[in-house]
Amino acid sequence: MRLTGFYALALVAGLLPVLFPGNYFITVVGIAAGLNVILAVGLNLLIGYAGQISLGHAAFFGMGAYASAILTTRYAFPPLLALSAGLISAGLMAWGLARPILRLHGHYLAMATLGFGIIIHVIMVQATGWTGGPDGLTGIPLLVLFGWAVDSDQRWYFVIMATMLLAVWLALNLVDSRIGRALRAVRGSEFGARMMGIDTARAKTQVFVVSALFAAFAGSLFAHQQGFVSPDSFNLSISIDLVIMVVLGGMASTFGAAFGAIALTLLHEGLVVFEDYEMLIHGALLMAVMIFLPQGLFVGLSQGARRGWTLVCRRQ
Amino acid sequence: MPSDLLLEVVGLSSAYGPVQAIRQADLTVQVGELVAMVGGNGAGKTTLLHTLSGLHPASSGAIRFAGQDITHWQPHRIVAAGICQVPEGRQVFAPLSIADNLKLGAYCQRRDSDWVRQETEHVYALFPILAERRHQLAGSLSGGQQQMLAIGRALLGRPRLLLLDEPSMGLAPLLVEEIFRVIVELNSQGVAILLVEQNARAALAIAQRGYILETGRIIKTAPATDLLADDAVRRAYLGY
Repeated sequence: MRLTGFYALALVAGLLPVLFPGNYFITVVGIAAGLNVILAVGLNLLIGYAGQISLGHAAFFGMGAYASAILTTRYAFPPLLALSAGLISAGLMAWGLARPILRLHGHYLAMATLGFGIIIHVIMVQATGWTGGPDGLTGIPLLVLFGWAVDSDQRWYFVIMATMLLAVWLALNLVDSRIGRALRAVRGSEFGARMMGIDTARAKTQVFVVSALFAAFAGSLFAHQQGFVSPDSFNLSISIDLVIMVVLGGMASTFGAAFGAIALTLLHEGLVVFEDYEMLIHGALLMAVMIFLPQGLFVGLSQGARRGWTLVCRRQ
Repeated sequence: MPSDLLLEVVGLSSAYGPVQAIRQADLTVQVGELVAMVGGNGAGKTTLLHTLSGLHPASSGAIRFAGQDITHWQPHRIVAAGICQVPEGRQVFAPLSIADNLKLGAYCQRRDSDWVRQETEHVYALFPILAERRHQLAGSLSGGQQQMLAIGRALLGRPRLLLLDEPSMGLAPLLVEEIFRVIVELNSQGVAILLVEQNARAALAIAQRGYILETGRIIKTAPATDLLADDAVRRAYLGY
């Protein structure tokens, strides 16, 4: 029952390329959407469940990407080893940052994470010797999984979809665990959570590290998939996009976050035709969603559908 | 008998910035005892409980629990040691189910899942309404039911000392009676209880000993029956 949505997501991800074989849009947009789902589902653990904001999450995404890019191109690391190094460094960074930063609440936490995101972005731009500066790094080798080279959009689509499903499954299980309950308690009332004997500082640190790991993982895949990284993919507007995905889909719901990530990816793709007006329409749509569906698209629409269904049933 | 001493508070002071909320409080609770702490609004009752459970720092003095000095322990260690709190205003986790609230109460008891299962059944037996509605959200409960949930949740922390902060607040007289009946029952099962109340008459009626707290100072302590008969106490707290 709990996993119904998970199976539905797996079915859609698996069926799309079968229903539309060789469709460029499905695979390329699907890859972008899948990466965004991993990022949003991870960030939702922090924002939606634990109630802690992060406006610098693109930094962890970038750390994963740059770790893979730098280690594979400059030091000839095998991709999976570089990916692990990216996970470890992002995890350590999150862990070191969590204690001082997660003492803060509300606006102050937003400011601190914002600052962190900006610092990491500045490093990407300025540490030219390592990162290649504003031009970024090219020539990132193919991802090879146990002798199977991920060398086409179709293959990437399957790799990303598989990891996306893994991320969703992990998040669903985490939320339903002892730690997940502790996080929901922290969001409800940090004081109340401490009264239950929950070490709230530790719980918040753990979730911050987990969400950083999700982001770094997505970053590594992104670097290999693009074959190229530059600071533009990890700037403030990406961090904000990630928060929007979580809020748009509906906080404290893993499927909500996944839905928000897919919706925002499609929106970006769909609005490209409007060129100069893209941002304008984008902003207006977001405002409309927040005004009319304040619980987010996923929760709002599913409640609406349920209400519509009972109306239909009553009429018959 | 000193070996029966469960909680011993010596010269405890606690402050909010420059404002002294608790001044030089001395207090004991014996194993299995039911002690009432009565006092008016703003006397410092809640601050005292928060200081005992580590949620508010003590500025001086010492708190010893079961032979250990816990004065500067973090709240999660204090809960794990066996001091569990039923907070003022219930503070149940409204967006979580009743079952999840109870599981959160057992947060520090994960090593003994058999005990947690038994104790959960015990709580459901104590408050059948919680069993009936276990999958509903805690926010959907009435005030009295939330109080029952808050008590049940604290019981799942396996308390050796249960701190109750104004359990009668905002409840209809019939429910107050029900809650107090449960408090007596828990105490008779061996749980030591420190009951903080504005409803002095009800609290002293069930307690063995009482303390009177006034503007952060403990001004009187005596067996509960003596306090109920004391003229000054009657005038100030019992209203007759």
